[in-house]
Amino acid sequence: MTQTDYVNPLRDPQDRRLPQIAGPCSVVIFGITGDLSRRKLIPAIYDLANRGLLPPGFAVIGFARQEPGQDFFQIVYEAAKSGARTQWRESVWTQLAKGLRFVSGSFDDDAAWRQLAETVSEVDADRGTGGNHAFYLSIPPALFSVVVGQLKKHELAERPGSWRRVVIEKPFGHDLESARDLNSVISDVFPRESVFRIDHYLGKETVQNILAFRFANSLFEPIWNSNYVDHVQITMAEDIGIGRRAGYYDGIGAARDVIQNHLMQLMALIAMEEPVSFDAYSLRIEKQKILANARPPERMDLHTARGQYTTGWAGGEEVVGYLQEDGIPASSTTETFAALRIDIETRRWAGVPFYLRAGKRLGRRVTEVAVVFKRAPHQPFAKTDVEELGQNALVMRIQPDEGVTLRFGSKVPGPAMEIRDVNMDFAYGGAFAEHSPEAYERLILDVLLGDPPLFPQLEEVELSWRILDPVIDHWARSSKVDTYPAGTWGPESAVKMLAHDGRTWRRP
Amino acid sequence: MVRARHASGSPAMDMVMTLVVITDENNVGGDLDAATNLSREHPSRVIGMIHGSGRGSANLDAKVRVGEEHSGESILLRISGKLTKHAESVVLPLLLPDSPVVVWWPRSAPDNPSADSVGSLGQRRITDAESAKAPVRALRAVIRNYAAGDTNLAWTRLTPLRATLAAALDQVHSKVTKVEVETGPGNPAADLLVAWLSSRLKVPVVTRRGEYDHISSVRMHTGAGTVSIERGAGTVATFSVPGSTDRQIPLGPRSLTELLAEELRRLDEDDVYSKTITHLLTRLDS
Repeated sequence: MTQTDYVNPLRDPQDRRLPQIAGPCSVVIFGITGDLSRRKLIPAIYDLANRGLLPPGFAVIGFARQEPGQDFFQIVYEAAKSGARTQWRESVWTQLAKGLRFVSGSFDDDAAWRQLAETVSEVDADRGTGGNHAFYLSIPPALFSVVVGQLKKHELAERPGSWRRVVIEKPFGHDLESARDLNSVISDVFPRESVFRIDHYLGKETVQNILAFRFANSLFEPIWNSNYVDHVQITMAEDIGIGRRAGYYDGIGAARDVIQNHLMQLMALIAMEEPVSFDAYSLRIEKQKILANARPPERMDLHTARGQYTTGWAGGEEVVGYLQEDGIPASSTTETFAALRIDIETRRWAGVPFYLRAGKRLGRRVTEVAVVFKRAPHQPFAKTDVEELGQNALVMRIQPDEGVTLRFGSKVPGPAMEIRDVNMDFAYGGAFAEHSPEAYERLILDVLLGDPPLFPQLEEVELSWRILDPVIDHWARSSKVDTYPAGTWGPESAVKMLAHDGRTWRRP
Repeated sequence: MVRARHASGSPAMDMVMTLVVITDENNVGGDLDAATNLSREHPSRVIGMIHGSGRGSANLDAKVRVGEEHSGESILLRISGKLTKHAESVVLPLLLPDSPVVVWWPRSAPDNPSADSVGSLGQRRITDAESAKAPVRALRAVIRNYAAGDTNLAWTRLTPLRATLAAALDQVHSKVTKVEVETGPGNPAADLLVAWLSSRLKVPVVTRRGEYDHISSVRMHTGAGTVSIERGAGTVATFSVPGSTDRQIPLGPRSLTELLAEELRRLDEDDVYSKTITHLLTRLDS
């Protein structure tokens, strides 16, 4: 939306009931029959329509190969109905379905692309999408080049007087060089401000709450620094194995899969300085400052750990080890668990290690950030009284059981002065808050509005790779991979990693 | 209550407000369901109040419910006798400490909510002109007694329509010269819509009798053409903007829970509502 001095008379800035509805537009989903599209994108689009946040005449165009017997309409209908988080209203679906179009073919098929171009023109005329189209690449990165090239060739990538945006999901490359190559493929066709990288964690209420929590309250900022914080642990644990995703996962591993993006973003939000405002530019600058000054450890042998899960019992079921999974070669050295220490060289954080760990087939599914504080320098209690006292901790539970916990010492009821840790908890009730927007709803809406604060920019992607690349290279030089039984919390080397610093991992 | 909360497995006091619902024997089930369904978005302590007969000695019956399927708690108070004149004395000790109070009258609201003894405890007072026997009269009475924090569900029901009209003017940058609205008689929401459009656009807004009870047509005439929203009997409206083809949009009624959820999202004064009713009163008095 190009804007000059036009002010919409019906939009009073004080009118906070009126949602921002995107202007006329459509979303073109490449890979519409794929997993991401069915589980996340289509339900999110339905929920947005149900909440009245989509422009009238919104269109969804799907482009994918059609297997024999596949009914695109039915697939999308079922995906929306089973994944919708808001109430199912057949009337909302019916309206949305009027804007649904499908193009079947492979991405190198020019005839299919011509049909796509015609479909785009048709929805512009018929549905009033105004020439504004977001191209969502819900496809493996190896196909980005072909799709983006075809967008350019068939003149879909730009049209004066309207916007064209491209939306890509992680992984953004598998190291710094490939990330740059990927970016140059895209930037060849789309200008910077038209590229939207989705890190869906940034759409989560709990992740955005980190900013609200830190900066809306006066309580926490004064202690949010190396004077009071001992260390920070960021954990992203899954209880599932790789399932049928061997083709994607092998060769990638836990560090590239989630540490490079989700955990680095969480670290940036926890560590950043206060932004001067919440607009995209201000947030981005602060995240970049942190990532630019975050260092991998010098002694990677001591301060990193990685492992593969072996057969074990997870959640009462016996499961196979990584090397026995379908499609995984017996010689694979891909890690399913990765942990590393990062030091942030700023005045606020010097001397405070950030420990990041992620893995599959761990004890349970949990993502959390724990800020662990230093012990009080002197305590008037007898040593035995405080033996059970741990360190104060502020834990932000990203998922599940979304909320924030404060752990502190309290007197145990009884005649003696004995101190023990207690937890004070704030729960979102997010587990059953089906009315709260899902991350993808918010992110898709932001793409349609053209509002980028929650999208990592190229600089953040590159800086994150710069931190991780040396660690991955170090691991590649050693063929030895530690193991851990499925259902436990990771290899012994991870425990040693923290013990070396005199610390222990939380059991989340 | 703390014991019950522990028993239901949620020792956290994570409720964000107290919602007092002035209900009656015939409707208590539906009213409290609507209120407790809100608990997902706004976990709160819900206090339902039923006023019985004013005669006889003061009597109070109370029932407490801590949720399994929903977070928050609900209490139902039946008061009768002399206590009906001192309802606030029962409610006051039960309010959640140090947090906002919202009072909702699903029907039979007083004309002056902020002067009501329980209403004065709330910083938000929600009434619903459309539930009254004479909706337009009810709206006019309650807005004459407006105090900061008052809102009306007739206004809340207009949000999707207002959002669509605003979205239309995001697209069409031409100045609106005249507006026409068609509605059935006795529709307080139409009064509010007309007042809003007139105060924001500063142009004549003409009302005509439509075929239906609800607002069936809004037309904004601009230099570039006419923006119109037409809704017949169903829940789908036809939306037309100059330069584009007509589109169908869902514009059906929302559930009580959705309306209340919108009301509770912000608990400070609704300035736009306040400006709109000021304008409405000016038109009525002139």
